[in-house]
Amino acid sequence: MLRFAFTRALSLALSLLVASVVIFAVIEVIPGDPAAYMLGLNASPEAVAALREQLGLDGNVAMRYLDWMGGMLTGDFGTSYTYKVPVAELVNQRLAVSVPLALYALVLSTLIALPIGIIAASARGSAADYGIMGATQLGIAVPNFWFAMLLVLIFAVTLRWFSAGGFPGWDAGFWVAMKALTLPAVALALPQASILARVMRSALIETLGQDYIRTARAKGLSRREATTRHALRNALIPVLTIIGLQFSFLLAGAIIIENVFYLPGLGRLIFQGITQRDLIVVESLVMLLVFAVILVTFLVDIAYAAADPRLRTKR
Amino acid sequence: MIRCEKLSVTIGDDAILHEVSVDIAPGKVTGLVGESGSGKSMTALAIMGLLPRGGTATGRVMLGDEDLLTIPEKRLCDIRGNRIGMIFQEPMTALNPVKTIGDQVAETLFVHGKATRADARRIAAEKLERVGLPPERFPLSRFPHELSGGQRQRVAIAMAIALSPELLIADEPTTALDVTTQAQILDLLKRLVAEEGMSLLLITHDLAVVAGMADHVAVMKDGEIVEAGATEPLFRRMEHPYTKRLFAASSHAPERTPLPGGEPILTARNVVRSYPGERRGLFGRADPVRAVDGVSFTLARGESLGLVGESGCGKSTLTRALLGLDAVQAGEITAFGNRVSPDIPNAMRAGIQVVFQDPYGSFNPRWRVERLVAEPFHLMADPPTDRRARVAEVLKDVGIDPAGMDRYIHEFSGGQRQRIAIARALITKPDLIVLDEAVSALDVSIRAQILDLIAKLQAEHGLSYIFISHDLSVVRAVTDRVMVMQAGRIVETGETQAVFDAPEHPYTRQLLAATPTIPEDWQETHDA
Repeated sequence: MLRFAFTRALSLALSLLVASVVIFAVIEVIPGDPAAYMLGLNASPEAVAALREQLGLDGNVAMRYLDWMGGMLTGDFGTSYTYKVPVAELVNQRLAVSVPLALYALVLSTLIALPIGIIAASARGSAADYGIMGATQLGIAVPNFWFAMLLVLIFAVTLRWFSAGGFPGWDAGFWVAMKALTLPAVALALPQASILARVMRSALIETLGQDYIRTARAKGLSRREATTRHALRNALIPVLTIIGLQFSFLLAGAIIIENVFYLPGLGRLIFQGITQRDLIVVESLVMLLVFAVILVTFLVDIAYAAADPRLRTKR
Repeated sequence: MIRCEKLSVTIGDDAILHEVSVDIAPGKVTGLVGESGSGKSMTALAIMGLLPRGGTATGRVMLGDEDLLTIPEKRLCDIRGNRIGMIFQEPMTALNPVKTIGDQVAETLFVHGKATRADARRIAAEKLERVGLPPERFPLSRFPHELSGGQRQRVAIAMAIALSPELLIADEPTTALDVTTQAQILDLLKRLVAEEGMSLLLITHDLAVVAGMADHVAVMKDGEIVEAGATEPLFRRMEHPYTKRLFAASSHAPERTPLPGGEPILTARNVVRSYPGERRGLFGRADPVRAVDGVSFTLARGESLGLVGESGCGKSTLTRALLGLDAVQAGEITAFGNRVSPDIPNAMRAGIQVVFQDPYGSFNPRWRVERLVAEPFHLMADPPTDRRARVAEVLKDVGIDPAGMDRYIHEFSGGQRQRIAIARALITKPDLIVLDEAVSALDVSIRAQILDLIAKLQAEHGLSYIFISHDLSVVRAVTDRVMVMQAGRIVETGETQAVFDAPEHPYTRQLLAATPTIPEDWQETHDA
């Protein structure tokens, strides 16, 4: 198991290295002047030259890459061209919103999805199953910003239980901050939970048809015992895969929800970075997101191996 | 011990069992034989109360004075695993892959509240030792994927006998196993019955297995028991025509007239196929595995050559190399005077065709039979233009109504599909057909028909066959010469009759000894 984790970690490091080269090459080396791009069409040649110097674009490519990587590793992501503050500072502020929001949504989605998926699979063909399947179909079909607006209308405008948007910061107190993240987390979680519940259901139905479930029943286990003791863990692999994909998406893909609720999250920062042509911000953020996705993949791999002993010896 | 009285089962609107009555005597082995779909397994599942969705059973299944069909599910759970244990056909999938074997055996004990968790593990170790898996070599912490098929079946048996049930139901327990492993598992079951005073309901399609194991036999056909009684008298008399037919089919040997030996068409010289070893760390690898190790033989035109051996011996790897699907690492294969390799011209492939074991998995379900059968035409330089006529001709050859060419493959039975597979192999008028376990998945009566067909086609078209099988009796019936393969090597080769009558290599002897047979003097009565 340790060896498995070690080899996976090694391949994680390799993927990161490759990703960093690709990102660096796309943004800084491939023809086209980043400085000219950042300043737009009407920039004077003097301004472009000044920016080039400031960005260090005239130096040797290998040195620039090493500088950039070194900076990344020591937490120095450079200074944002538009915000005039260190990118690390910007990212930290945004991560303080995005990571808790993504985790919150993921926990909600899992807590909703797994039980209803299990109920639907265990009672296949029943009214409960049809009800759950219908509801999840709706959950997938309806866009999450519409859910978000509905939630705001009901819980903020009509009932006045939550505020309609904004984030007070963690300094305002843990529960106050969590409260501000609740509606966005629910809006993000519902479509994800719908997908996850359907995956859970079909994985469990497939597992329940396996020979070893029949063996378990022949040993004297009741239907419910056979499901909880034998089927669930075997059905987890596809579910873990989806959970991993969802976390990566929630981290950076929440931009619409962030906009609906006026949350200062990563998604909005990337969007602003791109529209304002702030390549320094974009470059660092993309690298950070790649890191996050690879890390999540690594954790999912470890979870696979924990769930299924057959995977520990392979690869 | 258990008495089924007029047990009937329906699934949806289909009647599966019709008033099956059978007595399972205490301490005895009761055999239930029949072909697939005869209702053997359904009888067992009905006794266990584990019928598939939509199944309902009527009649009575008496265990002592309780009717298992009417008692509540909760009470049935107390009986399953405790008073009645069951093992199934597929040891590879019958165990939970994510739980250790110790946990799975111990579970039987503590779900019935017969032992604390710690005690359950101790007893589990004892039971595993009892079925031939001593804890020194097979610790409780092993996972199923670390065991072979035979070892997994032993674990399944340990689970089923953990509480010393009064009845053990074994549903085709050895069908998926090699013949030597089968002999060991049957021995184990026999010993357990004797030592534990258990009853055994042995379900199998194999008459020879029943003959060697059972005290009583019931023969099933289409959901009914057609004949039942004590084993030896039943085999000697065979009163019901179906029993006779089944018996005749199981030992059927097609009429063959050996063709005069022609020129050699396929030669293998010192063929080696090796696979890269297992990965060790990031860059290291273990030594390569030699799956085929120095194999040489010659096949003449019109000859049938058998290749027997147990799973993992290299039969399939050798076949792939012979068909030019994989490259060989050393040695040489030549067919029709040309060297065989993965990049041989298509025209040469048209001369060697193959029929596989699984009549269900080897066809594209979305193609019509015409297209399926005509597919090998793409191998030919200029394919014939009268495609439908050619397909009709080969379908007639294999005994399928040519009108069937516009239908889809799911509309045909397993035996018909295997005929269509043979038609597909015939359409390019090949000189050699490789039959890779081509009759292994078929019921004995269908198998007999297909063997006849294979013999007929050989005589008509002057075909050569390479007949690969784990089933020695079939190879004996249809081949001129046989090669016995063990661990990648050919350990014995010779005229089929001579090898079977006087095997020289210890492994051949072991294989023959392990093959279940019906005692010869039982057969005298009805041969006369």
